Amino acid sequence: MNELLLLVESKEGLPDKTTLELIRGGSDLAKELGIDTSAVVVGHETPSLAESVASYGLKKIYRLEHPMLSGFQPDAWVGALEWLCRQIGPRIFLASHSFVGKEVAPRLACRLKTELTTDCIGLKIDPQDGLLIRTKPIYGGNAIAALKCAGLPQMVTVRKNIFEPMEPVDTRSELVDLVPDLDESIIKVRSLKIVPEEVVELDKAHVVISGGRGVVEKEDFDMLKALAAALNKSSGNVTMVGCSRPVVDKCWLSSDHQVGLTGSIIAPDIYVAVGISGAIQHLVGMIRSKKIIAINTDPGCNMFKVADYGVVEDYKVLIPALVKKLEE
Amino acid sequence: MKEIRIIVCAKQIPDPEAPFSNVTVNVEKKEVIVDAPDVISPYDENALEAAIRIKEEVGGKITVLSLGRKVSDTVLRKTLAAGADALILIEDPAFERLDSNSVAYVLSRAIQKIGEYDLILTGRQAGDWDSGQVGLILAEMLGIPTISLARSIKVDDGRVLVEKTIPVGYEVVEAGLPALVTVSNEVGELRYVSRTRMMGLLKRPIPIPKWGSKDLVTDLEILKKVQLIELSPPPDMRRECAFIEGASPEDKADKLAAVFKEIG
Repeated sequence: MNELLLLVESKEGLPDKTTLELIRGGSDLAKELGIDTSAVVVGHETPSLAESVASYGLKKIYRLEHPMLSGFQPDAWVGALEWLCRQIGPRIFLASHSFVGKEVAPRLACRLKTELTTDCIGLKIDPQDGLLIRTKPIYGGNAIAALKCAGLPQMVTVRKNIFEPMEPVDTRSELVDLVPDLDESIIKVRSLKIVPEEVVELDKAHVVISGGRGVVEKEDFDMLKALAAALNKSSGNVTMVGCSRPVVDKCWLSSDHQVGLTGSIIAPDIYVAVGISGAIQHLVGMIRSKKIIAINTDPGCNMFKVADYGVVEDYKVLIPALVKKLEE
Repeated sequence: MKEIRIIVCAKQIPDPEAPFSNVTVNVEKKEVIVDAPDVISPYDENALEAAIRIKEEVGGKITVLSLGRKVSDTVLRKTLAAGADALILIEDPAFERLDSNSVAYVLSRAIQKIGEYDLILTGRQAGDWDSGQVGLILAEMLGIPTISLARSIKVDDGRVLVEKTIPVGYEVVEAGLPALVTVSNEVGELRYVSRTRMMGLLKRPIPIPKWGSKDLVTDLEILKKVQLIELSPPPDMRRECAFIEGASPEDKADKLAAVFKEIG
């Protein structure tokens, strides 16, 4: 019970940004408790990923190696992580609040008979009892709760962009290669195929133009796309179209366009909200934008309370006129 | 194919679409007060819609299971009006402010009491605490396969086929029944329920069983409450909005274009 263990996730064979953030946050917590920080790399044929993580100042890197761990199969990953946690008994277990973390952490916590707090935005140690104090937004971000749970390991998933990413250091971590005890019977859900789709990565956009419930027809998103194209051309900024949740519910746009608590949390240079009233779930996703422009027919809507610029007007008239002006 | 038995776990919460000005935080009592009507948690509505579509395709029975306090009849009868066949409420003062593990435990006891089932559907997360854990833990407790983030669900020949949203697109996965699937909003919104249909249901006496800790023979000793140390309001998000005025929409468009040039 004398180590903090964190789950490594990768992108193109290297630790991803959220992992580097976890390493920073985790190392600070471990230092406060006077315990070691270690990381676990799960997969098949992953020595280069483990090597890469080894340059970030952790004490140990556990490499869980097994053919069944190739790709991300939740049943196998949960089984392997349960096996490791039973071997080493970590005091704290951290994962990112990512696609992988959200799926693995609750199941792992249940198997280890401990409690998990998801989507944390702050972590500290209670000096009285050494337990983690977990801060997380609730009610869509309308309130911030500080929680404590008993049980070991102390488990949380951490929202991205909460800690600064760790930089490489001179010392190398000790690599521990392990083959978990897994057999085919643990796979209850079988993957038949992965279908790649063209996905928008809103966090790479300088400008995001989002439509919401106030956009009355699916075809009206063509107007927003035309505005994005015009802005792209006139300013050279990467401009993408996003939306709030009701638009995805109507199946007008795919969920990768969704800005908000359960969509993307973004901070573009300019955010344009068209026909979005400003429910908190949505605001959580875009409030860190540098400049916010709201277009809405309702002068009393919440979006104007958080906007830098507001236009009370029907988007059906305003946007074509704006596109025309930008194209002049 | 035999008709399938679906259980949808649905929670009542204050409308998460409420404007933030309608929400206050009572720091002393550690309570969030939302001045908004109660609704079914939005992802749970998606789960119900998915269930109704499965029932339309292969036939079956949908039971909605709701754990909560003072659950509004109007809200939950909406589930019946939309297409659910039965509704069971779980209410007990001992079940208030439970942590996710304990909620999953109580639900697992209720599901064991219901007895036979093929498919359990839950929303991917609730719209109040946004934890996103109960469905996954419930499946672990029941020892059944679990698939998360479904954007479409088909039941065929004793198995469930799911298109699961993944960061690069979607993945087609399958599991044998019984299984639990957590549903995302790409499934689509819950169908419209006419007011007339709702009113008709409200007039008719419908037996809605209410189960408490005695009915579920839950072990109260193992139930844990959320240990809330502190509750605080979020940082102030307000900004000073400069309204762009104009004699015509074209005039406003001109001025807005100038703003884009200035800040872009």
